Amino acid sequence: MNPLLRIFKIEPGWRGSAWGDAVVLFGLGVLLYLGIRLGLGAPAVIQGPEINLSPSFLPHYLTLSLRRMAAAYVLSLLFSLVYGTLAANHRIAEKILLPLLDILQSVPILSFLPVVLLSLVAILPLQLALELSSIILIFTSQVWNLTFAWYQSLTTIPRDLQRTSVVLGFNSWLRFKTLELPFAAITLIWNSVASWAGGWFFLMAAEIFAAGDRNFRLPGLGAYLQEAASQGNLSALAWGLGVLILTIVALDQFIWRPLLAWSDRFKMQLVESENPPTSWVYDALRSSRLYAYVSRRLIFSPWQRLDERLTRLFPVPGPDLPGKGRPHWLWYVLGGLVVLVVLYEGYRGGQMLLGIPLGQWQAIVIGLTATFIRVFIALIIALAWTIPTGVAIGTNPRLAKWLQPLVQITASVPATALFPVLVLVVLRLPGGLNLAAVLLMLLGTQWYLLFNIIAGASAIPQDLKYTTNLLQLGRWERWRTLILPAIFPFVITGSITACGGAWNASIVAEYTQFGGRIMYTTGVGAIISQATAAGDYPLLLAATLALILTVSTTNRLLWRRLYRLAEERYRME
Amino acid sequence: MSDNGYLLELSRVSQVYGSGERQFTAIKDFDLTLKEGEFAALLGPTGCGKSTLLRIIAGLQVPTGGRVIYRGRPLKGVNPQATIVFQTFALFPWLTVQENVEVALKAHGVPPKLRTSRALDLLDRVGLDGFETAYPRELSGGMLQKVGFARAMAVEPELLCLDEPFSALDVLSAEALRGDLLELWTGGKIPTKAILMVTHHIEEAVFMSDRIVVMDKDPGRVIMNLKVDLPHPRLRKDPRFLNLVDRVYMVLAGQTQPEHVELGTAPGEPGRTRALPHINIDDLSGLLEYLDNMPNNRADIYALAQELQVNSDELLRLIEAVELLGFANVAYGDITLNPLGETFAEASIRSRKEIFATRIRRLPLFKWLLSLLRASDKKQMEWDVVQKALELEFHEEEAERQLDTAIDWGRYAELLAYDDSSQILFLEPGAA
Repeated sequence: MNPLLRIFKIEPGWRGSAWGDAVVLFGLGVLLYLGIRLGLGAPAVIQGPEINLSPSFLPHYLTLSLRRMAAAYVLSLLFSLVYGTLAANHRIAEKILLPLLDILQSVPILSFLPVVLLSLVAILPLQLALELSSIILIFTSQVWNLTFAWYQSLTTIPRDLQRTSVVLGFNSWLRFKTLELPFAAITLIWNSVASWAGGWFFLMAAEIFAAGDRNFRLPGLGAYLQEAASQGNLSALAWGLGVLILTIVALDQFIWRPLLAWSDRFKMQLVESENPPTSWVYDALRSSRLYAYVSRRLIFSPWQRLDERLTRLFPVPGPDLPGKGRPHWLWYVLGGLVVLVVLYEGYRGGQMLLGIPLGQWQAIVIGLTATFIRVFIALIIALAWTIPTGVAIGTNPRLAKWLQPLVQITASVPATALFPVLVLVVLRLPGGLNLAAVLLMLLGTQWYLLFNIIAGASAIPQDLKYTTNLLQLGRWERWRTLILPAIFPFVITGSITACGGAWNASIVAEYTQFGGRIMYTTGVGAIISQATAAGDYPLLLAATLALILTVSTTNRLLWRRLYRLAEERYRME
Repeated sequence: MSDNGYLLELSRVSQVYGSGERQFTAIKDFDLTLKEGEFAALLGPTGCGKSTLLRIIAGLQVPTGGRVIYRGRPLKGVNPQATIVFQTFALFPWLTVQENVEVALKAHGVPPKLRTSRALDLLDRVGLDGFETAYPRELSGGMLQKVGFARAMAVEPELLCLDEPFSALDVLSAEALRGDLLELWTGGKIPTKAILMVTHHIEEAVFMSDRIVVMDKDPGRVIMNLKVDLPHPRLRKDPRFLNLVDRVYMVLAGQTQPEHVELGTAPGEPGRTRALPHINIDDLSGLLEYLDNMPNNRADIYALAQELQVNSDELLRLIEAVELLGFANVAYGDITLNPLGETFAEASIRSRKEIFATRIRRLPLFKWLLSLLRASDKKQMEWDVVQKALELEFHEEEAERQLDTAIDWGRYAELLAYDDSSQILFLEPGAA
């Protein structure tokens, strides 16, 4: 089966509780409010460094951006390991951490930017605060799926392997190194690929940013593209895009493909896989003697020494079982204090919300409806073309061989980078930004659907296809009895991710700057962007919370049910 | 070493799941002692808690009642002197054969150089010389389990626990591996002091062990202790061997009881509800047809197992069903088809269904289920509701299995219908 299936899966066994969500939503509101309050103390006028549009600056900018992405990625990995481990090993922690993760996933990252940035600027030196908030922003676009993947892996390790590691007396390091990490490796790598794609998507927003009179910017590829777009400099835009695409392809060829080919050894099956992922870079490295020598000297030996050290360092598990004892009373006190503070700040945040005039609430509701319609249309369009295309690619290996790499490269280009070009073309058409917003959502999210459908279609058993041939089913009958039911779970999984992405994209899609002009349309994304630009923090808080609430409610009421239906009735296994 | 010389002592070990009304006893008052030099087998049907016992002995699980004494001391936590070989091999697929063995040594703090030589020596002893650098996916089932044995022996355990180690293997590999293990054990080539093997395979237990502890389920308990005093290598055609196998079958298959005992009571009523054996109805017809063709419609149960190529666990469940439905009688290790069973075996597909329907209507569990459905609105009920009601008699997993079996039988008899998407049970019009 296609490894793509491993990503973007909701934990099916876990069913969230309404009170958990309420607590989490409340906590999140408080957090936003606190950030905004901190932000009010930031300096009033800020001007970032000029971005030079000459192509010769591109390598420098690219390095800066890559550094940020890498830092955010490392941070994401560390966070995921800690968070996922906690959630998987402690019952009480699991009850809080899982709903929290579920909602954090659907939080519009871009609305967090002002909050993060302004609060950091208030307490740290400007340059550091900028770098840090940019990294945190990218982090929030990379981390959630990684955390889910790690948690899911930890909870699905086969029981006998777990027991073996206990019986053999593994300490926590050996357990991590020999069991947990290898078991999760493939999922983690696939999700890393997805995380980097998410990071590229938000890079532009994370490097240039205006809040009222405060104009923050960081030198980097994202800022370069943004600046090129707002100046209307098409050749610079083309250069920037070219470098971006090249970088993405290079990363894919030199890092992700080799890693995927290497990680095939971590498959759980005890049989050889039929088409293992291949990579020419990996093959080249494996056959290179120089590489073998260097890696043995520089990587393998030190690693082994470190491994021995760590194995000795961690205590052999004591005689007590992994029994879940009661936590120390100090934790209760600490927890109680946190709850008190949160409740108080929640109260003050509530007061801020109460101060919002009725008219603005109305605008938020109208905006939500407009964005909802846009998301819906984007989904319909995406389904309309990805289902036939995906099935065609998935059921036809020869076509797949040709098209799949092409589709992968196209998909890896972040839609935000293409957006300025798109706006330029679309604005001339009737519909204007309204149409452009739907298109941007589509660009950003259709790929999840396409990949999932390809995976689903290629998993249809050959015997069933033969049977439909033998029964001489007509084209429509064949779709109805075999293809549609078979790809249904994949369509649902893809749609969930696609919709989440589309809501998120609304913030950049409904409000944009091009060639010095500001354009916007009705929608909650536009409200959030405008509130940010105008420094209207109560409105920002209200709109963001409304958006989070809408997204997580639709997830609960619609998607999760469909997902369960799909898993129970249409999963071929 | 403790005074009485026992390596392992279990006294009145119990395992209870759930609480309150939904309490379920998996193991009740289990006693066992194991001396140095003994090879004991725990034999019993699926669900009698024998694997749970193995985990309790290894210290992976704490029993809800009773004591586990190892070398005179109460066992606390994982027993460092014991290890388990699993049915699923439980090898790390990303480590080579050699690394799989070495990792056990590493966990026990053996320095790197010694590790390699010890691992190679162990692999050599189980006959895997030359496969050190292979990954598990390159090996066959039998070889995988050899790695499992080598890894278990790497830590030189005093007590080797085997959890159905041969049941995932094909017949020939299993046979070869049994021989290999016995050779290592009887030849004193491994430092192991005692072996405890869990199995549901009667012949395997007689072939390998010195002592068989036969268990039954509901709740899991000991029903017989049997000494196997035959010298190794044991011959399967040896009359003494056959006699022992026959005796175990006799105990496990039991004796057909008078009808009211055999049927038990309905759920919710006082007395024990008879669980439906989880079987495939086609297998049942197959068994009856086979018996119908035997002289005197009679067969020796252990001979049946060999003849029909089914494992003993499955066969015993089938026999239980045949008895419960009143198609045959079991006595002294023999099964005899009665006239009703004969009629069933020779009937057409349609009439078979009718006979089956009249037979299951007598079962208290079915009577209860049918009257429940008749009394309910629109003659239908949700799965969950019925399962919850059954959970008063069975633990959750078993209740689910019971309902599953009941629906399967009810569908075959055309008494029940079930819609999987809405999870609703219906009464067929004919059954109203």
